[in-house]
Amino acid sequence: MPGAVWVIAEQWRGGLSEVTYELLALGRQIADDRGAALEAVLLGSGVVGLAESLGLADRVLYADSPAFAEPVGEVGSRALAALATERKPTVVLVPITNVSWDLVGLLPARLGVPLVNFCMDVAAVGDGLEARCLVFGGKMEVRAVPESEPVVIGVLPGARRADAGRSTKRPEVEPVAAPAPETCGVRLLGYEEPEAGDIDITQQEVLVSVGRGLQGQANLDLAEELAELLGGAVSASRPAVDMGWLPMTRQVGKSGMLVKPKLYIALGISGAPEHVEGMKDAALIVAVNTDPGAPIFNVAHYGVAEDLLEFVPVLIDKVKEHKS
Amino acid sequence: MKTLVLLKMVPDVVEELEVAGDGASLSRDFLRLIINERDENALEQALILKERHQGTVTVVAPDAPEVDDVLYTALARGADRVVKVTGLEEGVGSAEATVTVAAALSSVAGLLPVDLILTGCQAIDDLDGLVGPLVAHQLGLPYVGIVTGLDVHPGGMGRCLREYPGGVRGSFELDLPAVVGIQGAEKPPRYVPIAKVRAAMTSGTIETVAGSPPGALPLRVVEMKKPEVAERAEMIAGGLDDIASRVCEILAGRGLL
Ligand SMILES: Cc1cc2nc3c(=O)[nH]c(=O)nc-3n(C[C@H](O)[C@H](O)[C@H](O)COP(=O)(O)OP(=O)(O)OC[C@H]3O[C@@H](n4cnc5c(N)ncnc54)[C@H](O)[C@@H]3O)c2cc1C
Ligand SMILES: Nc1ncnc2c1ncn2[C@@H]1O[C@H](COP(=O)(O)O)[C@@H](O)[C@H]1O
Repeated sequence: MPGAVWVIAEQWRGGLSEVTYELLALGRQIADDRGAALEAVLLGSGVVGLAESLGLADRVLYADSPAFAEPVGEVGSRALAALATERKPTVVLVPITNVSWDLVGLLPARLGVPLVNFCMDVAAVGDGLEARCLVFGGKMEVRAVPESEPVVIGVLPGARRADAGRSTKRPEVEPVAAPAPETCGVRLLGYEEPEAGDIDITQQEVLVSVGRGLQGQANLDLAEELAELLGGAVSASRPAVDMGWLPMTRQVGKSGMLVKPKLYIALGISGAPEHVEGMKDAALIVAVNTDPGAPIFNVAHYGVAEDLLEFVPVLIDKVKEHKS
Repeated sequence: MKTLVLLKMVPDVVEELEVAGDGASLSRDFLRLIINERDENALEQALILKERHQGTVTVVAPDAPEVDDVLYTALARGADRVVKVTGLEEGVGSAEATVTVAAALSSVAGLLPVDLILTGCQAIDDLDGLVGPLVAHQLGLPYVGIVTGLDVHPGGMGRCLREYPGGVRGSFELDLPAVVGIQGAEKPPRYVPIAKVRAAMTSGTIETVAGSPPGALPLRVVEMKKPEVAERAEMIAGGLDDIASRVCEILAGRGLL
């Protein structure tokens, strides 16, 4: 039997991230196709209960220690590298999230094994694996084959539906002793919450979202007016927040909020995977972008390849007409 | 304070990208390269730290088209030393470049040791990536990524903010030397007038060092193509007026208007 397929379970603030179940669904398929066992590996503090919810795995290895309470890459990568050296899995799936980000790089570096990153799908092909990955901000897709195993695979959120990774079965659960380093050069002192008091974009039914294509804060009025007419609020991609046009609480995506409005209008947003992750489940997505090849049109339902600065004023007039 | 910034050139994704004849890489015809956005932030953060605590900033980049302009601009912005690693296959998007640059660091005279190595937290062009963790591991230094603010305190301790989901940021203390993957700097990258860049071009020097690419690569790209999606957006064409009417219709049809 080939070595096990591992899914690194992601735990943050007392719960398991949804992406953990997505990876389990993906890992289950790879393991079954290769005739291998699927093992979930969980680091945390007081996590037995969480371990038992990972029923799609054949076995859950969990290391329980106060040292693992918070996800710190330098700590987790040492513990997981030691465990992997002992147990010899052949494939290790790690979610590409802001929680597990450092781990994605540090684990293969410590193990001295290849990393295949930004994968949206992985399949067993013959004795090996083939991954489909997104590169260039989502503009290109590549098929890549790791030349050796073990291999660490960074998996983008959304590779499978989380529901497909849940199971009511109780997995075999095995506590393991993973070394918790006394010192590793980095210490998490605490978390800073985003400033409160602004609009909660996760609660809005309509979002008019602006990206770098808006070109300047002066043009924000356009988005505000459209949002107001549609009874919604303005959200943003990362550059719009970095440039100070809008507060962090309005950011949609990997580092920001996950939103599921009834309508999401993307203005001048390219559709990088880190943004799409936060809005792909909106019921209706309309994108406006001058570049007809922009990846946002791969997730939008309707696309308008026009200059937003010319189009939005016309749209605002039409909406007003419609309403009167 | 000695800071090293690793940067590289990547394709400008605002431009049209085409697949090359081999079906597995980008066509280099008309390919426009720009500095990886997060690397520019890393350079800015390094310069901010230099202003605050004195010291030097050295920039290392693999050879690539247009990289000289970027390196002279770095000098004009305030970097003290710029180094180009040559002998890499075009320097774009290859696992080779990544491994080689990591290895080349120790062969450049007077480069190491440093107090800080800053990289971008991600480059958009490769699959194996994460040079930061690799370099950190090779040099036995700690690593933190997705960092949006970084400072150094008396006693040689670093302090940084690292992004978590939902706008939450983790505050970290770091033993220096350390490797930090920068997402954003405290301020947007500074502007330098073109005259200053020209001056750097005449008075500044780009040092070069020959990298020796590794033999076997751990990863083989068998195909590159534009992403295939189940359902691409229905594009609404016509005059602006017609498009706007159609959008209103769609919204009205869903009870959104
Ligand atoms: C760890 C990590 C976390 C991240 N988290 C997030 C996150 O939470 N949220 C997020 O959004 N990003 C995030 N990013 C950044 C992400 O990778 C992209 O850089 C970002 O989403 C790009 O934003 P954008 O689409 O606004 O800008 P760009 O990619 O620069 O796109 C601008 C678009 O505007 C179009 N345009 C230009 N002018 C016009 C015009 N006049 N009219 C219409 N269209 C126009 C262009 O064609 C282009 O497609 C993260 C990255 C990393 C590495
Ligand atoms: N070949 C390279 N030369 C110098 N720096 C690099 C190279 N590749 C990556 N980097 C740095 O490492 C960061 C992460 O890149 P990557 O590991 O390719 O995602 C980049 O943002 C750069 O700062």
